[in-house]
Amino acid sequence: MFVKHLLHILSEENRFSRMRQISHICGFLIAIMLFFVFEAGAQSPPPTPSDDEINAIASELYCPVCENVPLDVCGTQACEQWRGVIRDKLMEGWSNEEIKQYFVELYGDRVLATPPAKGFNWLVYLVPPLVILAGVYWMVQLFSRRKKTVSQSEATINLEQEEYISRLEEELKKR
Amino acid sequence: MASQSNEKTEQTTRRGKPRWGRLVVWLGLVVFLIILGFGLMRTQQGPITIGEKAPDITLTTFDGQEIRMTDFPGKVVVVNFWASWCKPCEQEAADLEAAWQYFKPGGEVVFLGVAYVDTEPEARAYIEKFGISYPNGLDLGTRISQNFRISGVPETYVFDRDHVLQFVQIGPFQSLSQLKSVIDTYLAP
Repeated sequence: MFVKHLLHILSEENRFSRMRQISHICGFLIAIMLFFVFEAGAQSPPPTPSDDEINAIASELYCPVCENVPLDVCGTQACEQWRGVIRDKLMEGWSNEEIKQYFVELYGDRVLATPPAKGFNWLVYLVPPLVILAGVYWMVQLFSRRKKTVSQSEATINLEQEEYISRLEEELKKR
Repeated sequence: MASQSNEKTEQTTRRGKPRWGRLVVWLGLVVFLIILGFGLMRTQQGPITIGEKAPDITLTTFDGQEIRMTDFPGKVVVVNFWASWCKPCEQEAADLEAAWQYFKPGGEVVFLGVAYVDTEPEARAYIEKFGISYPNGLDLGTRISQNFRISGVPETYVFDRDHVLQFVQIGPFQSLSQLKSVIDTYLAP
């Protein structure tokens, strides 16, 4: 029917106006096609996050049930459920930080692989560098003290030797 | 004489610096060990003991209600910690609900369920599966379990009418009759 209608339009005398009609029809058809393409795109489900994407976040979280086990390598049912939650949140478009914050709100700070720098947690960040600095200071002190002792003992020996030589010279002169 | 006095002052300044340094280091070490000791004591403390007053907890239920222990003066309170991933919890879930149905008409006993490190969809599915009708909620930030210092799930704490802890069940209850008899003991006037 559509082709027949097109042929009928082309057979008319005023080709110019007919061509405009055809271009309008084509434009209308393209618009309909584009509408369906975008509609289909909008309705398609978001891509499922890969295991690597899930594990990237899971590796920054710890299982609170089995202590000291990162979530990405934890094999318990609880951890499996948690990884499922990460997958769901990623599909909903949540960022890594938002997901981690969600877990902190639910299970507390202890789920984080790196504790947040607040309260007593500061000790984790302050104590190791302070211990290293104290160690370096102690080593420097130790070496400088040892150096001084060595130079002092050398000076004492030199003084004693000088005294001995002068005494020897005096004795020689007497003879 | 002058050189001797100079040596003395040098010696005192030389000694003075390390003394302060040592004092600071030792002080830091002692403070650090005290903090560490308190932390260890807390972790090794174990669950709250019988005779202790109920911790002041706030449970946000799955319905969005906020429940506090102080909302139930003069009532026996049963606090049960569970998780959807915990198989032994399933063993007692039906008994807990049956006990709740048994004591509910009297209005003298309150049951509270706390889902320990659980995800909301799974916890809700668990509640539906066992038809649990007493107030339940997630242990947000693990604050409630930290107050009770629980060692795992399931664990059940029974408080008397004055909200003093009277009974602790580590692991699941063996039967409905055991659960009923425990609660009955503290209901008696």
